[in-house]
Amino acid sequence: MQRRNSRLLISAGLTVVGALTLSACGSGSGFSSDSATTGGELTSDSSQGLSVLIGSSGDAETAAVNAAVAAWSKTSGTNAEVSVASDLNQQLAQGFAAQKPADVFYLSTDALAGYASNGSLLAYGDNLANKDDFYPSLVSAFTYDGEFYCAPKDFSTLQLLINTDLWAKAGLTDADIPTTWDELATVSATLTTGSQVGLALGSEYARLGAFMAQAGGSLMNEDSTEATANSPENVAGLEYAQTLLNDGVMSYASEIGAGWGGEAFGKQLSAMTIEGNWITGAMTNDFPDVNYTVAELPAGPEGKGTLQFTNCWGIATDSPNQTAALNLVEQLTSKDAQLTFSEEFGPMPSIMSAAAEWKSANPALIPFLDGADYAQGVPIVQGAADVVSDLNAQLESLKTGNAQAILDSTQKNLQALLK
Amino acid sequence: MPARTPRRSGIRGGEAASGWLFTAPMIILLGMFLVIPVLMALWVSFSDWNGRGSPFSGSVAFVGLDNYSALVGGGGLAEQDFGTALRNNAWYVLLVVPIQTTLSLFLAVLVNRQILRGRGFFRTAFYFPSVTSSVAITVLWLFLFSASGAVNKLLSFIGVNGPNWFNDPSGVLHNIFEALGVETGPAVLTGNSFLGISFWEWLAGPSVAMSAFILMAVFTTSGTFMLLFIAALQNLSGDVVEAAVMDGANGWQRFWQVTLPQLRPTLFTVLTLGLIGAWQVFDQIYTGTQGGPGKTTLTPAYLSYQAAFTNQAWGQGAAIAFILFVIIVVFTLFQRWLLAERAVSARRMRWYLQTPTSGGSK
Repeated sequence: MQRRNSRLLISAGLTVVGALTLSACGSGSGFSSDSATTGGELTSDSSQGLSVLIGSSGDAETAAVNAAVAAWSKTSGTNAEVSVASDLNQQLAQGFAAQKPADVFYLSTDALAGYASNGSLLAYGDNLANKDDFYPSLVSAFTYDGEFYCAPKDFSTLQLLINTDLWAKAGLTDADIPTTWDELATVSATLTTGSQVGLALGSEYARLGAFMAQAGGSLMNEDSTEATANSPENVAGLEYAQTLLNDGVMSYASEIGAGWGGEAFGKQLSAMTIEGNWITGAMTNDFPDVNYTVAELPAGPEGKGTLQFTNCWGIATDSPNQTAALNLVEQLTSKDAQLTFSEEFGPMPSIMSAAAEWKSANPALIPFLDGADYAQGVPIVQGAADVVSDLNAQLESLKTGNAQAILDSTQKNLQALLK
Repeated sequence: MPARTPRRSGIRGGEAASGWLFTAPMIILLGMFLVIPVLMALWVSFSDWNGRGSPFSGSVAFVGLDNYSALVGGGGLAEQDFGTALRNNAWYVLLVVPIQTTLSLFLAVLVNRQILRGRGFFRTAFYFPSVTSSVAITVLWLFLFSASGAVNKLLSFIGVNGPNWFNDPSGVLHNIFEALGVETGPAVLTGNSFLGISFWEWLAGPSVAMSAFILMAVFTTSGTFMLLFIAALQNLSGDVVEAAVMDGANGWQRFWQVTLPQLRPTLFTVLTLGLIGAWQVFDQIYTGTQGGPGKTTLTPAYLSYQAAFTNQAWGQGAAIAFILFVIIVVFTLFQRWLLAERAVSARRMRWYLQTPTSGGSK
């Protein structure tokens, strides 16, 4: 019984134990906490090299970041080492608990509020030399409690992808590319045949939210201080999606046997999909024979709308050499570096000065970049990710559900976060 | 009892000290890596530690039962998620433990038979899934149970249109109710709730996605427990069975009345280990579905991880772990009580006494 109890104990505390053990070892350095806050002097212990922690999408990204960091290391004379996290959230959390975090790291919009509120993140945005060059929508995506925390690394937006062969086969021309909700419904119906559905997309807020944005709604107001999830605009957006689903002209990717919109589109189970610019990689690698074009999402009653997805370069408050870290981030978000990244592994540069060159290099993908002007981010408040995943769970049964009821529960959950 | 030695002296004097000395390495190791961390986690579950720096620094405050009450009575998303996770895992346990125990016992009896040819092969084959890493099996399962995967292909041969396993959040019981014409539950079930989800939702049964995980758990763990049962079966003395044969017991009776009661200690082990493993299901969820679809594969262990590592709600994460701990202990004690050896009741005794007169005549 003793041994079994031990097993129980091990696993009961397992999730926390790891971090705690580390923190116990690292608590000797606890005196440095709260010393470096915003506005104060940046630390600059140049005897220490920088560690950079990234969550890589593949070899191309790892190699590109490695090369960029190595180049910076050479010119600045500061050592810097890139490591690829297998589970970024977990490794970051362990680092923060031990007060020995990576100096510079990828940070998602979902994780921003949590780390910003517990003081792990350095709010260095205002110190950036190229601060005004970032798209305003991206700056607000990384602004928490009125402070611009970290430099947007790159971004993606959602747009409409159209299979040109199926489009032509259905007798449609360029003039038919939908610019309004009605037109989208019409072409989706035209493109729906026995073996394929007009439009397929993922069942989550990160796709359906585009319809809500086009109707003029959003989950929270721009600075995430007020929940607006059950606004009539959001309800209208969801009800539009619901109509398409019930008319059979739009399907969730999972319903037609695909893991995500891109797979449904690539396997030609659908003639159109709503996805971000990351889809281009999948199309080239997995479905090279499918011809497609990118169009802007049709405008809703309140004009154009889409969602944006972005990560930033976080810097740790506990980093002993924040000055060098800031310098590295400026280098990594510079025009040259971002255009190289874009070439190597496909993201869109987060700065406006790189837009013209990027557009000329990627003429087919211009709609994605144009989306930056009207794109909407996720709510920046601690716990919002949970609320969104709860919303996602409910959206899976949108077909038979009640849009108002779904959004009411989301509203209730978001309001609870603000108390 | 032998006469007590008045004083511990002479050759036996240092026994206690040596005893402590020899067990010291293990005590120190367990203390360092088990007892102390668990106590630390217990503290975290009562604190407002937010994941930065040491949980014992001055800035971390004691918040009493706040973390626990948010989970079991907060009325918010935390409670609802915890309720959902418990619901999912309860159904998982309810199905996995009995099925895997029965199946492993069945397999053990099967491969323990002397007349079976190639017993070694079957033993290895049945045990194989247990030695494969759960991550590898999960990935395999994701392929097998995809919408156009092998399982659905097989089902289509017999004319069944298989579900989209890992993307289907509908509860199995709800689906059965629906087939019987009950679309929504009675108001008494839908109107009242426990831990943030209505009783009707509690009765949803495992989702189709969770059912795939249930099949997987049965597939992977039955082999291990089969091994335990084989070991126990081989330890049974043949005399008792022989005596039963002489008394005219048939094969079925011999199994239920003679073999199975003798396996009680092993049965306890298997049930306890199965129960603990099933309540702590984590790897499959982490690699497979991350709680989806529709949160129907969320389990307390995964929720605890998610609360701590992705939401920075460390206190809540630790609290979930300790509630889970209490649940497991309670279940284990209950089961121990259930399987305890008891004096034969009068009713039962009567049955035994009647047996010689009525037995054998059939």
